[in-house]
Amino acid sequence: MRNFAYQRAGSVDAAVAAHSGQSSSFVAGGTTLLDLVKLDVMQPERIVDVRSLPLYDVERLDDGRLKVGAMVTNTDLAHHPIVTENYRVLSEALLAGASTSLRNKATTGGNVMQRVRCPYFRDGVSACNKREPGSGCAAIGGLNRSVHAVLGTSDQCIASHPSDMCVAMAAIGATVLVSGPNGEREIDFLDFHLLPGDSPDKEHALEADELITHVVLDAPMEGNRSHYLKLRDRASYQFALASSGVVIATEGGTIRDARIALGGVGTKPWRATEAEQSLIGKPANEASFQHAAELAFKEATAYEHNAFKIPLGQQAIVRSLTTVTA
Amino acid sequence: MSDDKHGKIIGASRSRIDGPKKLRGDAPYAADHHLPNMAYAYGVFSTVANGRITGIDVSEARTLPGVIDIFHHDHFPNLYRTPSTFAQENKVDETRLPFEDAKVHYPGQFVALVVADTFSNARDAAYRVRVDYEEDEPVATLAQAMESGEPTPHAASGHTRGDPDSAWNDAPHRIESTYITPMETHNPMEMHASTAYWDKGDLVLYEASQGVVFARNVMAKVFGIPPERVDVRSPFIGSGFGSKLWIWPHAVAAAAAAREVGRPVQLVVPREEMFTTTGHRPPTHQTLRLATDANGKLQALSHDGINTTSMVNTYIEKTGSCTKSLYACPNLRVSHATLPANHGTPTSMRAPGAAPGLFALESAMDEMAESIDMDPLEFRRANYTETDESLDLPFSSIHLMEAFDRGAEKFGWSKRTPEPGSMRDGDEIIGWGMAACNWEALKMDCDARVSLRADGTAFASCATQDIGTGTYTIVAQAVSDITGLPLERIEVELGDSSYPSGPVSGGSWATATTLPAIAQAARNAIDALKTYATGDGGAFSGSEADTLTFADGTLSDGNGKSVDYAEVLNQLKLANADGEAHTPAATNDEYSFRSFGAHFVEIRWDPGISNLRVSRVVSAIDVGQVINQTTAANQVEGAIAMGIGMALFENTEYDSRSGRPVNNNYAEYLVPVHADQPEEVDVILLDHPDYAFNEFGARGIGEIGITGLAAAVANAVYHATGKRIRELPITLDKLMVT
Ligand SMILES: Cc1cc2nc3c(=O)[nH]c(=O)nc-3n(C[C@H](O)[C@H](O)[C@H](O)COP(=O)(O)OP(=O)(O)OC[C@H]3O[C@@H](n4cnc5c(N)ncnc54)[C@H](O)[C@@H]3O)c2cc1C
Ligand code: SF4
Repeated sequence: MRNFAYQRAGSVDAAVAAHSGQSSSFVAGGTTLLDLVKLDVMQPERIVDVRSLPLYDVERLDDGRLKVGAMVTNTDLAHHPIVTENYRVLSEALLAGASTSLRNKATTGGNVMQRVRCPYFRDGVSACNKREPGSGCAAIGGLNRSVHAVLGTSDQCIASHPSDMCVAMAAIGATVLVSGPNGEREIDFLDFHLLPGDSPDKEHALEADELITHVVLDAPMEGNRSHYLKLRDRASYQFALASSGVVIATEGGTIRDARIALGGVGTKPWRATEAEQSLIGKPANEASFQHAAELAFKEATAYEHNAFKIPLGQQAIVRSLTTVTA
Repeated sequence: MSDDKHGKIIGASRSRIDGPKKLRGDAPYAADHHLPNMAYAYGVFSTVANGRITGIDVSEARTLPGVIDIFHHDHFPNLYRTPSTFAQENKVDETRLPFEDAKVHYPGQFVALVVADTFSNARDAAYRVRVDYEEDEPVATLAQAMESGEPTPHAASGHTRGDPDSAWNDAPHRIESTYITPMETHNPMEMHASTAYWDKGDLVLYEASQGVVFARNVMAKVFGIPPERVDVRSPFIGSGFGSKLWIWPHAVAAAAAAREVGRPVQLVVPREEMFTTTGHRPPTHQTLRLATDANGKLQALSHDGINTTSMVNTYIEKTGSCTKSLYACPNLRVSHATLPANHGTPTSMRAPGAAPGLFALESAMDEMAESIDMDPLEFRRANYTETDESLDLPFSSIHLMEAFDRGAEKFGWSKRTPEPGSMRDGDEIIGWGMAACNWEALKMDCDARVSLRADGTAFASCATQDIGTGTYTIVAQAVSDITGLPLERIEVELGDSSYPSGPVSGGSWATATTLPAIAQAARNAIDALKTYATGDGGAFSGSEADTLTFADGTLSDGNGKSVDYAEVLNQLKLANADGEAHTPAATNDEYSFRSFGAHFVEIRWDPGISNLRVSRVVSAIDVGQVINQTTAANQVEGAIAMGIGMALFENTEYDSRSGRPVNNNYAEYLVPVHADQPEEVDVILLDHPDYAFNEFGARGIGEIGITGLAAAVANAVYHATGKRIRELPITLDKLMVT
């Protein structure tokens, strides 16, 4: 680990100001950042500790949306009564992630910003366009079974987005509130994470020195039932090989509205819009679910070792929809 | 099962006597020693798998705060290799010393060592040492090694009887299958660590070690000094699974650095390098041929195993070690061969040879049974033997049939319907499989000392180790058994090479080796006490020593006089009565000594979401006398958990292009977590003392539980899915129905 300057920020403005001017990182729970700093993969000269910022509240807005402070821990959010009552998919996704001790530390803002688990990114030496733009992508043609994507990949980067929480947020619909040198602004959650394209080092829509202050969840879909299903090799403490977060409303056996988002298979939290559309007005049965699942992976590209993620992701969609409509 | 030879304390259920210390944090591990003026070392590790160092630039690192020195092949003291023999107790698996020359044989090899005032400063500087390499193509995987040339055979480790090839060709029923097991990494919780200091030419080394005597002797050879000038201490270790049996380069590096900088030095091996420079279980390629007659009797069996080894040393994974004697078969061959790869040197990992070997053999047994339409359990019963046909000796004590019967009964095996996929529960298909397990019983030379002390306690010491398995506790039980003192009055110290010489904690031989020496030392202590008591001024002055009896801490003369032993000592102003003992490695040569058992496993496969889990395990195991029910059952339960990991998850993956391992961390190298444990794990310990082996009748229990488990899982998976997986681990992508 390289030495760095450390500063604890007392206000959002102070945090933004402290972050400016040199290579800086905010630190919240530290579960991504400290790991990567210790591996020498991230090398900030300054670390701005944002844990004292007053961003710990979960608040229902008048329009029915839910405003979640960036410092709310994954554990607290998973067990918040409004979340367990109205956004079950989010609670389940959070609890499927990492381990209890990590979730106690990890924050909402930090989770949105977590970095990929690609081993070639983390080893500090392999060719990796994300770590060292222009150096190549060792994962293509390499060992890419578990933490690499089949959707949204490019010939520059195929790392899957690791978050479970973000998959649920993509399904629910959300807005990211940020504060920066030029004041506050809002970013649609689906626009927040970027596809790798030809600049995989650019992972998100934040401008320089911007800080996430909140994530605002859309008002719950009326009459919804929701569910998160995570498939992996071992039963816990592993990133998703494929996961499916679904929010669905039915009327007399017919699907009125549906949201499907996928994890483990996409280079960003993956919203399967076409699959959702195909369900609306259809009977809630296996044939509809199967058709939706196929549409979701229509554009998928398999790499050397991860072709199984296409059928696995489809299974996740079908089973999660079956479970939630049973 | 207690008997007349030993009291109730042998075979009792007792919590670990070192447990409270561990809970309180009073049990120091190798890296818990923080000595005055201590410096910290951090390695620079090769990022290439094969090649030469062409330049090391320490200029930037040298200027960083706290840096004391930076060692590398051009700046390191001249040391000596250990001759590495088991008989001289100075064996290692990797004989090459760190920084010997500019060659790089594997990724993660030490190429430099930074010593600084703090751990963080050492690591910071290590990251800024620039190393240039001339890189050659690596041999990174078993497949690459298989393509690279002909394997080197190791005839001495093999065995042939009859004519297996002709018998196989001529037999009416036969199968041939190849099985592949991946590289596995031990991954003990505790990091490998060394804390070393020199005191007037004497070396003291706190090392995470499963063998302090071997470690001492190796360090003495490496530094060219007498072993008496080296003290290796390892009172507590956070397990090792074999990776801490022998000295690895980091310990040499730490001790050398401490001597050079003239300060204590602590070196902790980072988790990533625990995948490369502290051993691993090598990948294996095993070809099995089985043939039977019309009645299901094995007529031919050959088991030819190949494993990768390093470029610098040969390590043979003896996959056929159980095959040669587990079943009756007149025509049999086991052979082992190796191929070099750019890996660190492999080493023993829990049940070396047997764990991968029985995956292959016990999978093949099921394949054979199916091809002749026989129940897998019946097939094994049909080939049962009470003779070790490789040695032509009877087994000292074999209760495999009882293990089959009791395991099958408890599991409900008779309700199994043989057709694959025929047992279902909702979305899940249930699979039932079984396999035999097997491990050799070994015993080494051992010295021990027991003191009866004037404060009414006893003290036992031996230079063996408790690697978390319960050795402290069973040593105390043995002392209690002989002296009648309660465990609370018995203190045990292990893990220091200055104590009487004891065995490495490996091969499942620590119990069988240590307890007889402890028991004899306790008897000798009682004899010494009797001699003192009957001498001048003693409580029984004038009596003959051999007329006295000692029971429950009291000496009696049979004429109504009884004196507490503490009083005897206090009266004479003696601190203690000591007994020392030596018990030999040699065993009765009329028998073959092995342990046997059987695993019964239920798996559940949900094809709709490709989810596989082990839901139930019943293991019936005979290891001779069980010394402590709690710690013994714990060993088997732990081995079952590890066996599930071997079956479903574990696999150290190397990139065939760069030659580097890619999943060298705890998040991506998968071992089972709590949620992967079966709902039901039933361990049945048959508990038949084997007195031909030693006076306690105990054969040892650390390893047998993992043997056969992966095969039982694979057999259950086949029963559920109809897919025979011959390459571990059994991951969901190999089973998916698409
Ligand atoms: C072993 C392991 C297993 C894991 N398993 C899973 C899993 O199964 N599923 C899963 O979803 N996740 C998993 N995680 C990831 C974990 O969820 C994230 O590490 C965590 O959510 C990050 O939150 P944090 O508060 O600790 O972030 P930090 O480490 O503090 O920060 C992460 C990044 O976000 C930036 N940042 C933090 N807060 C803000 C903010 N308010 N505004 C702007 N930038 C900010 C930091 O600068 C840094 O770059 C795992 C992590 C580990 C180490
Ligand atoms: S997949 Fe992305 S993160 Fe991984 S090596 Fe390629 S560019 Fe780097």
